[in-house]
Amino acid sequence: MIFVTTGTQAPFDRLIQAVDESIPFLNGEEVVAQTCQSSYVPNHMTTVDLMSPADFFEHFNNAKLIIAHAGMGTVLSAMSAAKPLIVMPRLASLREHRNDHQLATVKKLAHMNFGRVVNDSKEMKEAIVAMLNGNNHTNFKPISNFASDELLKSLSNYIVSPDNSENL
Amino acid sequence: MKIFAVASAGGHWIQLLRLRPAFKGHEVIYVSTNEEYAAMVEGCPFYAVSDSNRWQKSKLFSTFFMLFSLISREKPNVIISTGAAPGLLALLIGRGIGARTIWIDSIANAEKLSLSGKFAAKIANRVYTQWPELSNEKILFKGSVI
Repeated sequence: MIFVTTGTQAPFDRLIQAVDESIPFLNGEEVVAQTCQSSYVPNHMTTVDLMSPADFFEHFNNAKLIIAHAGMGTVLSAMSAAKPLIVMPRLASLREHRNDHQLATVKKLAHMNFGRVVNDSKEMKEAIVAMLNGNNHTNFKPISNFASDELLKSLSNYIVSPDNSENL
Repeated sequence: MKIFAVASAGGHWIQLLRLRPAFKGHEVIYVSTNEEYAAMVEGCPFYAVSDSNRWQKSKLFSTFFMLFSLISREKPNVIISTGAAPGLLALLIGRGIGARTIWIDSIANAEKLSLSGKFAAKIANRVYTQWPELSNEKILFKGSVI
């Protein structure tokens, strides 16, 4: 099963359409999507507007491939669960977000090989086919479930003794 | 210590949960904008407040009053947020009751601090960015949620 999520804030029709148009080329692979009230009506996948967290993580954990907008909630969850991931960044020019921070984030995190970044439906189809054929993560190392030791230490020091922790 | 940990639903919340080891040994109260998230912090008190952003003035008021009543009742020593608008409001209220306030700007803000983060830099006791190039004398970089 492939699980598609566009986050909980806004629909992302371009992504849903790109995935929907790829499905006829996927040999009957099941696709389930949380669409956040997409106005594009897909022909080939099961959609839910908004799942409960329990439902969401059940689909997330059972999926062999995650396709999402480039939101950090999904990217972090996929990285710690070592899930193959395809992301399509939302673009401000198409009114998909307030600004282009999703583009910036995927660029800055590219060195972590967290997944494939696609920008249109042609790239989407190619990426899904390649990843279902096992041609996915190269050099990918799953991340832990928690923040870096440095950040955790800085925070816990500051919580306990704000006057003794490191200077700015 | 009593810690009040606030994050909006979605990526902000996922980042807050990644900080949990730093809260070990303290009493933590979690606050988010999706009431179903209670199950993700089982064993800790959890409250949901209404979601809002800076474009929704009337919703912002309702979030503010919910947070205000929670914070004045619980009187936390520390208030920490990973964003977004409701977290910023919590820090503002926290300053009023003398709590120590901490803002961690989202890892999604890789090129510039969020607007909430810029405001937090004026009111919070401590502000972190997760990108070294965005740090300065006021905004600390000490690693990230990854």
